[in-house]
Amino acid sequence: MAERGARLLVADDNKVNRLLLGRNLQLQGHVVASAENGRIALEMLRREPFDLLLLDMEMPEMTGFEVLAQLAADPELRDLPVIVTSSLEGIAHVVRCIELGADDYLPKPVNPVLLKARIDSSLEKKRLRDQQKELVKRFATSEVARDLQDSGFALGGRHVQASVMFADIRGFTALVEQQTAEETIDLLNAYYTLMFDAISAQGGVVNQMIGDGLMAIFGAPLPLADHAIASARAALDMIEMIELLNVERTALGKRPIRIGIGIASGEVIAGYTGTQQRATYTCVGDTVNRAARLEAHTKEAHRAILVDGAVRAQIGERLPAEALGTVSLKGMAAPVEVYAVTRPSPR
Amino acid sequence: MPAPVIDATVYADLQAATGAEFVIELVQTFFEEAPRTLGELQAALADGSAERFRRAAHSLKTNALTFGATRLADHARALELGGLPDDASALDALRTAYAEAAAALQEMTRG
Repeated sequence: MAERGARLLVADDNKVNRLLLGRNLQLQGHVVASAENGRIALEMLRREPFDLLLLDMEMPEMTGFEVLAQLAADPELRDLPVIVTSSLEGIAHVVRCIELGADDYLPKPVNPVLLKARIDSSLEKKRLRDQQKELVKRFATSEVARDLQDSGFALGGRHVQASVMFADIRGFTALVEQQTAEETIDLLNAYYTLMFDAISAQGGVVNQMIGDGLMAIFGAPLPLADHAIASARAALDMIEMIELLNVERTALGKRPIRIGIGIASGEVIAGYTGTQQRATYTCVGDTVNRAARLEAHTKEAHRAILVDGAVRAQIGERLPAEALGTVSLKGMAAPVEVYAVTRPSPR
Repeated sequence: MPAPVIDATVYADLQAATGAEFVIELVQTFFEEAPRTLGELQAALADGSAERFRRAAHSLKTNALTFGATRLADHARALELGGLPDDASALDALRTAYAEAAAALQEMTRG
């Protein structure tokens, strides 16, 4: 897809080059600013937002190589796409530019057709990256988002200690049949907004939403001390949020909703699954299955929040937990100790 | 066969891509900048600064290539890659090439 109207910065000490590149880019529908050396370019990049930098290598005061190095060291600017335009002789220069983080290298004089193709491609890559950043932001706290960016969205998996939570709305299917499509989407949006707030406030990350169900992870991708108690507190906050939502719903003559939450703690395999283009952060393993089964079991147990023995052990005396005995959960080889977590009684 | 003063294809492509009016403006800018670059070459040579000399030659080469001034570009490239020359006469051939290229470009922008 051709991007139009992007803001581009041309850094080149040669006026003819600046004018020519500027003209070509304007003809492609972009807004162009220019800088006559690397120092000025960096100042401008730090002052105002740009979508892409076209960088000459041979410049007085600060060369393109130094600009690339500074950009790479700046968390705000290191994702800025950079296309090097240079007529430096020798492949070694090209290699050095790419190693320093340039997206592409165009020999001068720049061929306008090639220029357009490279710019469109770089802007498209930036758009995808921004979209992914935006997704990560939506799904995680800024700390987690930063961690994900730092790790470069590595797809590799690892074993981590974490607490996994599943939640869904009870009787959602019946509810959907009784209300309009618009009401259903409004409800889901309100529900997800409230749940996300409660989960991220305790350091958790919502990593999956399917219909009215969601999965959240506490302790990955960033380690979280006391992830079990954090997840239990998030669960209590979620229930409280739903109660507030129900006050509003009742006032509007709508049926209240109820949710069920299951939490398990232990080792999980965490990582990105999918492809480089489309990946989600997720966890798999026994702990995850246990959490899902506990959530399903809330219906039979008639309790809002069920946790396993590991969560119970970490909670200690900090929150009330009632032992419900060992239960054979579907798909689990061994029976699981089940506890119901409840709100501390006000003193 | 010596390289042409101006490669007509490159010049025509430049016009087609950016517009004839714009090319006139660009040529004028080149006429303003190039004497400065030639002066910088001479000064760098007098100072014995190989790096400044190489940069100025590089800059001139790039602009020459933009307009299809092939012969001028060849001279500039030789200076860029050749290191600091022994004496100022090395710049004479470059000045001649620039004068030829400038005259041809002047002619073409009028045409």
